[in-house]
Amino acid sequence: MAKKLYNDPSPLETRILSARFGLENSESLTTYLAHDGFKAFRKAREMKPEQIIEEVKTSALRGRGGAGFPTGLKWSFVPRSSPKPKYIVINADESEPGTCKDRLLMEYDPHQMIEGILIAGLALDAHKGYLYIRGEYRYLIDHMDRAIAEAYAQGYLGKNILGTGFDFDLYTHSGAGAYECGEETALLDSLEGKRGIPRMKPPFPAVAGAWASPTLLNNVETFSAIPAIIRDGGAAFAALGTPKNGGTRLLCVSGHVNKPGVYEVPLGYPMLKFIEEIAGGIPGGKKLKAVIPGGSSCPILKADECDIPMDYDSLAKIGSMLGSGGMVVMDETTDMVKVALRIMRFYAHESCGWCIPCREGTTWLRKILQRFDEGGGRHEDVALLGELSKNMLGRTFCALGDAAAMPTISIVDKFADDFEKRLARDRQMVAV
Amino acid sequence: MMTFSPQLEQKFAKMLTSYPEGKKRSAVVPMLIYAQDEVGSITSELIDEVARRCEVTPLQVDEVVGYYSMLHRNPMGKYHVQVCTNISCLLVGGMELYEHACKKLGIGHKQVAADGQFSLEEVECMGACSWAPAVEINYDFHHHVTPEKLDQLIDGLRKAQ
Ligand SMILES: Cc1cc2nc3c(=O)[nH]c(=O)nc-3n(C[C@H](O)[C@H](O)[C@H](O)COP(=O)(O)O)c2cc1C
Ligand code: SF4
Ligand code: FES
Repeated sequence: MAKKLYNDPSPLETRILSARFGLENSESLTTYLAHDGFKAFRKAREMKPEQIIEEVKTSALRGRGGAGFPTGLKWSFVPRSSPKPKYIVINADESEPGTCKDRLLMEYDPHQMIEGILIAGLALDAHKGYLYIRGEYRYLIDHMDRAIAEAYAQGYLGKNILGTGFDFDLYTHSGAGAYECGEETALLDSLEGKRGIPRMKPPFPAVAGAWASPTLLNNVETFSAIPAIIRDGGAAFAALGTPKNGGTRLLCVSGHVNKPGVYEVPLGYPMLKFIEEIAGGIPGGKKLKAVIPGGSSCPILKADECDIPMDYDSLAKIGSMLGSGGMVVMDETTDMVKVALRIMRFYAHESCGWCIPCREGTTWLRKILQRFDEGGGRHEDVALLGELSKNMLGRTFCALGDAAAMPTISIVDKFADDFEKRLARDRQMVAV
Repeated sequence: MMTFSPQLEQKFAKMLTSYPEGKKRSAVVPMLIYAQDEVGSITSELIDEVARRCEVTPLQVDEVVGYYSMLHRNPMGKYHVQVCTNISCLLVGGMELYEHACKKLGIGHKQVAADGQFSLEEVECMGACSWAPAVEINYDFHHHVTPEKLDQLIDGLRKAQ
């Protein structure tokens, strides 16, 4: 039976990674094989490892987990000739608020990701992979266990894959509820059975990662893009996007739009066109107020900043980020005090507590915002919120501190009016 | 010594061979969460058992329990209702939905109803943002949930008892 998707696709999409979404039994290996599956692996096994990495570099693929680091370059950092075993770790922690795409890539097309992992294995001479999935996605852990078993049964995992002499074992590993475990080094500690506290870098995971061995860590979507890159060539993938921003990516649009959903578009797709034409515009003819472009860790954009192409560099130019692809759209009725508070409640809850600027900073910011929201705001609070967040920037042990500070700085800076309005309302209440 | 269901024992046997030689500690978190689902909560007996199987000290298991939000030392309800109020859900009624759930179940955040059937938790983003507001009951996702739909879900589970 054809699969009922969580949202209808849009005719304006460019479906490369999601090409098989919606096919009958799209999750089965049989369907995958009937639709280009493992063509890339067959090609890759004839290539030299350096050629595979070169092809990924040519594709201009950048990590889809949040930071946008060039994938080919990351692969080239793993010392292939190290006498230690090399590991591949797949980040399926998907916890950045606004983000829900890795779920679909695993649910609808698990073998595409598995093929991407195997190609990375060939390139790096790695023979074991660990798929770290957030605990809340239990149905997906079970689903991936079934897909993995299917691949073993048909010789696409295990010993001597397709007669190539190449061995690869893949395992799922459940998280248990912690946003911080999405951060790559905290994830590795969690994988080793500890609390997810980030590690000092360097050494980077490429050199000393899981169990102190060289480790390649990429996001689910990053691995899922590899088969298309090897199959059709890095240049073809690169050409879909803009310079240094190769290919397509899955954008998760949520909030005040008529057709929220996950849609695949080329890098550099115009943001306003995406909101209007793919996401169906804003309900009730209301006006756009703000957009969080790529998960709640990104600085927020005002409506008049949104006329831009969506690629890593264009977003960076206006001081924000493309992040994880979680785009949150807000209409003119949105109260930015509530938005800032909810975002900070999240970071205060998720701060691992390891370093003081983040642990104390997020807690104080949350308290000030809570008081403000409850009607106890003071005029000085707006400046205080900005100042406290700026003092966190760059002073925390991992990027979670910045991820909490950046949206707050941008909200109090760009939407100071919303805070002023609240203060005026509070004064009126007192006067009555 | 504790034993689990045959299916879980099989899962654990495989799990302990998944990690490199001498790295059984890696199984601590997955083992805790799978075992919790069967036993109901993280008891000191369970901590000892996981420590024994993963060849670490009970303290090394105990110290992770407080870190992970899905691990709990006290049993939750038979149906653990988790309502997301993070940003995407908030914008389309997630907070109102959570408040509705509190009233409907007569309990608050991380509380268990007197009959032990339901518990409630306000949770962070669970990866359903584009189909918000989202609720997860045990491990089942529910999308585009309205207060009416939540009532139906809860009443349905009550009836199924
Ligand atoms: C606090 C925090 C949370 C993160 N959460 C995730 C996540 O859930 N999934 C993910 O793929 N990357 C996440 N990242 C980014 C990872 O650290 C890492 O950069 C990424 O997984 C690398 O893969 P990529 O190069 O393919 O993007 C997070 C980073 C931070 C600082
Ligand atoms: S920045 Fe926050 S999450 Fe990162 S190490 Fe410090 S306390 Fe932990
Ligand atoms: S914000 Fe509610 S599921 Fe993501």
